Amino acid sequence: MASENKFEPTNPTLKWIEDRLPLMGLIYNSIGGGYNVPRNLNYWWNFGVLAGFMMVVQIVTGIILAMHYIPNIDLAFDSVQHIKRDVNYGWLLQAIHANGASMFFIVVYVHILRGFYFGSYKAPREILWFLGIIIYLIMMATGFMGYVLPWGQMSFWGAKVITNLFSVFDFIPFIGDGIVNWLWGGFSVGQPTLNRFFSLHYLLPFVLVGVVILHVWALHIPGSTNPLGIDAKGKHDKIPFHPYYTAKDAFGLGVFIIFFAAFVFYIPDFLGHPDNYIKANPLVTPTHIVPEWYYLPFYAILRAIDNKLIGVLAMFSSILIMFAMPWLDGARVRSMRFRPLSRFFFWLFVANGIFLGYLGQRAPDDILWFGLVATSYAQMATFFYFAYFLIIMPLVSRMETTKPVPTSIAAAVLEANKKG
Amino acid sequence: MTTHDDVVEERRNFLYIATGAAGVVAAGAAAWPLIDQMNPSKDVLALSSIEVDLSKIPLGQNAVFLWRGNPVFVRHRTEAEIAEARAGDTADLADPEKDEDRVQKPEWLIISAVCTHLGCVPLEHHGDFDGWLCPCHGSHYDISGRVTKGPAPLNLPVVPYEFLDDSTVRIG
Repeated sequence: MASENKFEPTNPTLKWIEDRLPLMGLIYNSIGGGYNVPRNLNYWWNFGVLAGFMMVVQIVTGIILAMHYIPNIDLAFDSVQHIKRDVNYGWLLQAIHANGASMFFIVVYVHILRGFYFGSYKAPREILWFLGIIIYLIMMATGFMGYVLPWGQMSFWGAKVITNLFSVFDFIPFIGDGIVNWLWGGFSVGQPTLNRFFSLHYLLPFVLVGVVILHVWALHIPGSTNPLGIDAKGKHDKIPFHPYYTAKDAFGLGVFIIFFAAFVFYIPDFLGHPDNYIKANPLVTPTHIVPEWYYLPFYAILRAIDNKLIGVLAMFSSILIMFAMPWLDGARVRSMRFRPLSRFFFWLFVANGIFLGYLGQRAPDDILWFGLVATSYAQMATFFYFAYFLIIMPLVSRMETTKPVPTSIAAAVLEANKKG
Repeated sequence: MTTHDDVVEERRNFLYIATGAAGVVAAGAAAWPLIDQMNPSKDVLALSSIEVDLSKIPLGQNAVFLWRGNPVFVRHRTEAEIAEARAGDTADLADPEKDEDRVQKPEWLIISAVCTHLGCVPLEHHGDFDGWLCPCHGSHYDISGRVTKGPAPLNLPVVPYEFLDDSTVRIG
C-alpha cells in the first residue's frame, strides 16, 4: 500500500538524516501514520503485533539466559537450577522465557485461525500466508530445541523421539542410514546433540526475524485484510495505523501481559512436566512421554497411524497442507461472516484440533468412551483433520451460497453505527 | 554453414557450462566439511566395547547396560520363555525372524533396548506377549524381542557380542 501521507520531518537535523537514509520514513510507513489500514479491524487483528512482541521477549530473555546456561550434559540441568535460584532475577527471566514459548504459540495459533476464518490466505495474500507457515515451522523447530536445553527427562526423551522421526527416511540410499547419527553426532542423543541444539536454538530466532520482516513486507503490498473480507476501496475505508491501531494494539497488549504475568508469577510450572525436574537418564524412559501442549495435536496424528513412515508423513503433511489452502478454498468471498456453512465447519475444525490435543496427552491404550481407546479416537479426529482440508474445504467453498457482501467497508461501518 | 558468430556463441556456451560446472563442484566441496562435521566424531566412533558379568543376572530377569550411549537388554530366559519364543516363530510377524537366529545361547537374549519406532526404552515384563512394551507409542515385543503389535516397523536388533567364557560376554 503506497503511502498517502508522506513522512516529511520539519526538524532540519532529522531531514538531513532522512534524505540520506530514509529509515524513519520506513518505520512511519510500516507501523506509523503512513500506513493506512481498514477502519473496521477487530481485536482478532491484535495477535500479529502480539506475536511480534513475544518474539522480542523471547530473544531478549533468551540472550540473557545464554549468559548463564552451560550446554554440557553434566552441567546443563544444574545450570538451569543455578539460573532459577542464584542468578539475580534469574527466576523471573527463566519463567518468562519458558512460559513465553507457550504464550508465543497461543498468540500465533489465534493469528493463524484468524487467517482461516477471515480468508487471509486468499489472493492476493498467498505469499504472505506461505511466509507465515514458514515462520510457524521455524518456531516449532526453535521451541523443540529450546525444550531440550534444560536436559531433564522430558528434554532428553523428547529429543530422542523427535530426532528419530527422521529415521523413517532410512530407505533413501546413502543418506538415509546415517541421518539420525548425523543429527545426533553420535549413536544416541548426547553431548554433541545438546551442543548443536544450543547453537541452533540461538541462531533460528534471528532467521525468524528475517522471515518476519518479509512477512510484514508482504503484508504491506496489499495491506491488511479486514473482518468483512472486501477490499478497501478509498480513503473513507481506511484510517492511519498510528494513532488508531497503535492505541488498540497497546490496549490488547496490556490485557495480554496480564494473562502472561499470571502464568509467570503464579503458575510458572503449570504448562511444564514434573518429569523435566528429573535429570536426563538415557537408561529410563518416563512411563508417559508427552510433548509440550503446542505440539499435542500433531503428536496425536503421528500416533494415530499404525505405520511409522505413514505416521511421520501424516504429521508433516498436517502442517504443510496449509500451503495448499489458497487453492483448496475456491470461494469468491473471503470472510466466513458471509459463509455460514464454512463457518460451521471451521468451528468443528477448531474443536477437532483441541480434541486432538487432548488425545495427544493421553496414553495410546487409554480406554476413553464406549470402550474405545485413545488411538481409535485419534484416528477419527485425524481423518476429520485431513477431510477438512481435502474434502470439506474444496466442496463447501465452491458450492455454498454466500450471504450478500456489503458494497464497501465505510458503508457497512456506517450502517452498523446507525443501528447501534 | 558455420559462421564466425556461431563459433563464438558455441565457445561462449561451452565456457558458461564449464564455469558453472566447476562452480557447482567447488560449492559442493566447500559445503561438505560443513555438513560432515555433524557426523559422529572420531572419539565417539572409538567408544569401546563393554564386558558384562552374566552370573549376576538371575534366571527370568532382564538387565540393562549402557553401550555407546544406548541401553542394551540382557535377558536371562527361562526354559518356558525359550519355548514360547520358539513357538512365536510361526506367528504372523511384521519383521519375520527365527528366535534361533537371534541368540547364540538360547537362555541369553542380548538385544538393543531402543524401540525401532522412535527410540524409547521398552519396559520389560509388560505388553501382551510376555516380552516388552514401549510406553511411548504402544509397540509390543515378544520374548525374542520381535515386534508383534504397534507402530514399530522392525524387531529390536541383536547387538554384536561374543562370549568370552560361560559367564562373561563382550558387547561391541
